[in-house]
Amino acid sequence: MAARIQFENSCEVGVFSKLTNAYCLVAIGGSENFYSAFESELADVIPVVKTSIGGTRIIGRLCAGNKNGLLLPHTTTDQELQHLRNSLPDQVVVQRIDERLSALGNCIACNDHVALAHTDLDRETEELIADVLGVEVFRQTIAGNILVGSYCVISNRGGLVHPHTSIEDLDELSTLLQVPLVAGTVNRGSEVIAAGLTVNDWTAFCGSDTTATELSVIESVFKLREAQPSAIVDEMRKSLIDTYV
Amino acid sequence: MVPEELASGMFIPQQTIGSVLCCMCGVPMQPNAANMCIKCLRSHVDITEGLQKHVTILHCPECGCYLQPPKTWIKAELESNDLLLFCLKRLKKPNTVRVVHAEFIWTEPHSKRIKVRVRIQKEALHGAILEQPYVVEFTQQEHMCDPCTRVQANPDQWVAAVQVRQHVPHRRTFFFLEQLILKHSAAERAINIKEMDQGIDFFFGNRSHAVKFVEFLGSVVPCKSRNDKQLVSHDSKSNNYNYKYTFSVEICPICREDLICLPPKVSNSLGNLGPLVLCMKVSDSIFLLDPVTLRSAYMDANQYWRLPFKPLLTSRQLVEYLVFNVEVEGPKATIGKKDYALAYAEVARVSDIGRTFIVRTHLGHLLEPGHTALGYDLYASNSNDPEVDKYRGLVFPEAILIKRSHEEERKKMRGKTRAWKLKNMKMEVDDSVKRVDEEKKNTEYEEFLRDLEVDPELRFNISFYRNKERQPSEMASTDGDNDEPVELEDLLAELKLKEDEEEDSDDMTG
Repeated sequence: MAARIQFENSCEVGVFSKLTNAYCLVAIGGSENFYSAFESELADVIPVVKTSIGGTRIIGRLCAGNKNGLLLPHTTTDQELQHLRNSLPDQVVVQRIDERLSALGNCIACNDHVALAHTDLDRETEELIADVLGVEVFRQTIAGNILVGSYCVISNRGGLVHPHTSIEDLDELSTLLQVPLVAGTVNRGSEVIAAGLTVNDWTAFCGSDTTATELSVIESVFKLREAQPSAIVDEMRKSLIDTYV
Repeated sequence: MVPEELASGMFIPQQTIGSVLCCMCGVPMQPNAANMCIKCLRSHVDITEGLQKHVTILHCPECGCYLQPPKTWIKAELESNDLLLFCLKRLKKPNTVRVVHAEFIWTEPHSKRIKVRVRIQKEALHGAILEQPYVVEFTQQEHMCDPCTRVQANPDQWVAAVQVRQHVPHRRTFFFLEQLILKHSAAERAINIKEMDQGIDFFFGNRSHAVKFVEFLGSVVPCKSRNDKQLVSHDSKSNNYNYKYTFSVEICPICREDLICLPPKVSNSLGNLGPLVLCMKVSDSIFLLDPVTLRSAYMDANQYWRLPFKPLLTSRQLVEYLVFNVEVEGPKATIGKKDYALAYAEVARVSDIGRTFIVRTHLGHLLEPGHTALGYDLYASNSNDPEVDKYRGLVFPEAILIKRSHEEERKKMRGKTRAWKLKNMKMEVDDSVKRVDEEKKNTEYEEFLRDLEVDPELRFNISFYRNKERQPSEMASTDGDNDEPVELEDLLAELKLKEDEEEDSDDMTG
């Protein structure tokens, strides 16, 4: 289910939070409303962690992660790194990388299997992404923009891209990512999708300016209507257990 | 998209624009900067908000001008380009709005409303540029402009006056000046023209028109001018002063065919030109010729007014002489576009044939025995000029011949009207001053016309018009005349450019 929230009167919730299938990172705000919104949805299922990165609150744009790992920029302080290592589940590999382009959230768009990267990313960083996140990395642009992390959001079920993406691009990306893609907007016509939206396999949070049309598009492409956390966990269990004894 | 590079250039794959849903209403549409469909954009953003929809403009009913504050009045017709420009200027437009197109919507002329449909472009949210037409209504209020108010208050009001005077007993110069002014349209802006004793007054509505007229006068006749102003009203709050300006132009009294005795100083400054000279031509400078030696000099207005002098004898005092014998002395000389030849002539006054004089004359090339000539009778005249007394030992010749007389030809032509006529300026005649004899005035005018017939140089600056009243059959009988009578074809040939004007002025009675 998609919910509309605000961070301190700003609709750019994707800037101040990072949501994956295994954990959720939230920025430290003046009031607790933002945090409680996440917690009310996710508390039973995945840990919701309050943090800052490099002393800033724009954590959604600085870090990139999925259920396998989390990549942090070189500006992250040691305390923050330690705090994150302590708070997150053990399967999640937390790694700080040395990369010139430090806004990793803007440069990398990933789900649990595949990632799109900024074309100018270092070779080592690309390898690190493949290692830590356990994904296949493709260097791409979206509608002529190199900041792939800003202009598209992907989950394991679908993806939303910049509205000016052409049909050929959409087809190519869809083939690469192996998920259905749709071009759309968020926050009443804003093209910066990742800033206004944060999503995982069963829930999504978007800015309060998002119109009903946009919300319905988001829910349909990410297949959130029938998604319940328990259903996903059950599915995972089903694939793990083949016989009842 | 990574385009494939071929050897010849970049390969750009075809890009088809996909469709997104309008974020407001959900209808599929092509993506734009605002990502909303046009209808939603329009309904959300009204770019004409805050722009003027009603404007008041002031219009002068007398002259049809519109006021552009603070002071300019612009003349414009309804539904003209000028009016459209004016209306757009009166619209207050902020910087962000750009006017793309404007046109009039027709309204009744007496409704005092002007409607303009303006299309503007403005940036709406997210950088999308929106174009929207809207209608502006201009309410026209009637208000007389300052010049019209002044004219209404006092129709005879003039601001500048030019008083042209020449202190001579005849009006030949003014006839000639009238024709010159007509030809050059120098008095187009004059509100009123009045004929006065010894001159003409011109009244103008604007000081600069009067100045232009005075400068024109200075270029065609030798004159000096003075000017002055008189305070009419004074607005102490805004420090506006209204004046009446007067220009006094005095034309020098030397005319053509005048006999002059130069004062010694002037004679010295001209290179000891013999004190007795004839004035041959007056344009913006005076052309003086010594008939005895054929020496000549030009004198311009400044030179004259430094040491002004009066003529000794004027053309009123011309007397008829009969030529008995002519002995050409010197070769024909061309001075100032005219030919002269020194000669001795034996002449006698027509009134007193018995007494003959042998005189030196400059008309050697024109005169033959049996001709009549006009000249000054110095033998019988008693001049009262103080300048003459300054010369010691000056001997006057007995007669100085001026020109040939055409009395015989005129007698033949009597009763026949001329083939050409002149236009006249509309002048108010001042009745308050003692009226000059009507007949004397007519005689003078007739003489002026005769002068025009004779002298091609005088005709140079004047426009002639065909006289329709003249019977064409009579023209054939003037073959006997030769020499100087004016051929209509010659005149018209000079005036090739004035062809159209002639046809228009044909029904004018002279």
